[in-house]
Amino acid sequence: MSTEYLAVGFTILFTIATSLVLGRYMFKVFAGQRTLLDPVLVPMERLVLRFIGVRPSHGAGRGDGASAAEAEYDQQDWKRYSLSLLISNVVMWLVTFTIVSLQRVLPMNPDGIANMEPTLAFNTISSFVTNTNLQHYSGETGLSYFSQMFVISFLQFVTAATGLAACIAVIRGLAGSRLTQLGNFYVDLTRATVRVFLPLALLVGVVLMWQGTPMTFEGAVTATTLEGNEQTIARGVVAPEVSIKQLGTNGGGYFGPNSTHPYENPTPLSNFVQTWSITIIPMSMVWTLGYMVRRRRLAVVVFATMLALYLPMVAFAVMQEAGGSPAIAAMGVDQSTGSMEGKEVRFGAGLSALWAVTTTATSNGSVNAMHDSLTPLGGLMPMVGMWLNNIFGGVGVGFINMLIFIIVAVFVAGMMIGRTPEFLGKKVEAKEMKLASLALLWHPLAILVGTAVACYIWATTADPGSALGWLKNPGPHGFSEMLYEFSSAAANNGSGFEGLGDNTPFWNIATGLVMLLSRYIPIIAPLALAGVLAAKPAAPETAGSLSADSPTFGFTLWAVIVILGLLMFLPVAVLGPIAEHLAR
Amino acid sequence: MLKELKHAVLFTLVTMVLLGGGYHLVLWGVGRVAFPSQADGSLIRRADSTIVGSRLIAQKFTRPEYFHSRPSGVDYNAASTGGTNYGPSNPDHLKAVQERLDAVKASDSVQPNQVPSEMVTASGGGLDPHIPPAAAELQAARVATARGVPIDRVRELIRTHTESPTFGFLGRARVNVLDLNLAMDEALGKR
Repeated sequence: MSTEYLAVGFTILFTIATSLVLGRYMFKVFAGQRTLLDPVLVPMERLVLRFIGVRPSHGAGRGDGASAAEAEYDQQDWKRYSLSLLISNVVMWLVTFTIVSLQRVLPMNPDGIANMEPTLAFNTISSFVTNTNLQHYSGETGLSYFSQMFVISFLQFVTAATGLAACIAVIRGLAGSRLTQLGNFYVDLTRATVRVFLPLALLVGVVLMWQGTPMTFEGAVTATTLEGNEQTIARGVVAPEVSIKQLGTNGGGYFGPNSTHPYENPTPLSNFVQTWSITIIPMSMVWTLGYMVRRRRLAVVVFATMLALYLPMVAFAVMQEAGGSPAIAAMGVDQSTGSMEGKEVRFGAGLSALWAVTTTATSNGSVNAMHDSLTPLGGLMPMVGMWLNNIFGGVGVGFINMLIFIIVAVFVAGMMIGRTPEFLGKKVEAKEMKLASLALLWHPLAILVGTAVACYIWATTADPGSALGWLKNPGPHGFSEMLYEFSSAAANNGSGFEGLGDNTPFWNIATGLVMLLSRYIPIIAPLALAGVLAAKPAAPETAGSLSADSPTFGFTLWAVIVILGLLMFLPVAVLGPIAEHLAR
Repeated sequence: MLKELKHAVLFTLVTMVLLGGGYHLVLWGVGRVAFPSQADGSLIRRADSTIVGSRLIAQKFTRPEYFHSRPSGVDYNAASTGGTNYGPSNPDHLKAVQERLDAVKASDSVQPNQVPSEMVTASGGGLDPHIPPAAAELQAARVATARGVPIDRVRELIRTHTESPTFGFLGRARVNVLDLNLAMDEALGKR
């Protein structure tokens, strides 16, 4: 067991160390400064921008300073930036919806996969366009190779880039003084795609293939096993998709059971690389903020606050899973290697628990163990991660959520000490608080109302012939399955308690709508907030100002997150996982 | 507005070609050149080039002369994979665990406290190719008896087929069941 704690600690420390490097790189990319990869990637960026018709507005020279480079392209205020974001996403939705609905007749379908049924296609495309990657289909039977490449992997790149672009724009708004423009959406989107995700995805993809993840255009093979049985083995274009699913906090797997499948995640080293890929960009984003607002101390305070939420959850989940199953122990079976139902031998309980917390803290949603089979309190931790939705968080959006909590914490702290709340020298007033509250409150509303409606439908329409209906598990755990599904949809996470029979019109449409609203409300409201703050003058800080880059503020922020989280979600936590734990 | 639409359509087109097409082709090319076996799915072929299976994908073993894989929630169906998704206190789950335990107790004549937890629980993807060394050790006597060879030869093969954690601390020690069974057939003759 002790080596498992070592492996968990090493993975986290390695990711933190490398995030310092990538955070600086991302700052340079978005500020238009020179980087080592420019000779290869800048021509590609220019090519894409020229093709879509976004051209430098004056002069062709590349400035060295941030302001010069940003001014090169047509600038957008928050409304135009948001409009570009929405329209691009609508177009992507329509194109990809068409592809999966026609995949039977499109090329690259060696296994003869059928067209996707409309409510399932609505759910799937909404899920991937919103960077959620909730999957009500199973990859090996539900999607052709063409769809996997041109719908799934494509969206996994561009939706992650959409989140990153939005976050960069919000930070520009906070950093600027008397600023009306937040940047150019397509320039940010292209830079995120071509200069951040593409090189990282190629690198991780090569490592995964080396470890054993397949990459072939040929169809499934049929083996004659040692005992003479036939075994059909699904393969495909796996490595490229697994790579970007992790880096873009997408999480949608190639195969049904995601990164528990030995093809998606063949070795402890591939597991290490994937765990790294899940958090690396969200962690780096914090350092990027520090560079953009020219306050390294603020980045340290925010990073420490996130760690102070993340590390206890990891430690608790590892303890729970390593503790094994009391019911199996009662049968006389040794539980010293932990609870192993739904887990793989090559990872063990410790690295599975680390992944479960990491994938939900970051809105990734890939799994390397079946979450439905986690211990009750071990399974509570992924839900907490999705409820808070800001511990490192999804690419871009997680950090935006954290900024919302920062605004709220600034407001609360300001009220407590009787001063006008301000952040980065800007007054936080009623309009900003309204926008922050809208972004903040949508989340529990979607989860709690969604779960309540699902419970009502389940209770009133259950088929008497099958007492459990769409649930795989009885009692509080069944409640948790429904709660988890809506938490996952609202947090744009995508993992699931997969015992839920979720490919029904109700679940497809309800979670599809929740995913769409839970993606765009928490992006547009903060962009508006950034627009409002950007226009205000930044007042110089005085001795009387509330300083956001102090440990005291870090603690206040931590407490605000914990208290708000408890107020919103403690009751459902008690009804589900905690009741299950107490009853076992 | 029309300009916005034009940007959106063109961006979708160009990145679809670049990422859906180009990105995949580059990795496919690297795979062909550098890792042809892995890229193909780590398949194992017989001398007559028929496929035995993949060394990453668990097979169903029931005969006494072979080491058995971990239980699978999908009966080792590698075309439609998954776990059981049973919660830890689900009565159906506990019944399944008890049945697996009884089966292992009977086939290997052991007490419950000698049975590693991995052999009574289903893996995540249903295709876990590994078992812990203790689970191989547990089956050694049965395999040796069925093959009519000294148990020390079987143990020796288990030892040489045990993989250590990567760098000594990442992941767990494990034995690849298909590799081990193939080695048994090769060293001790196919039954």
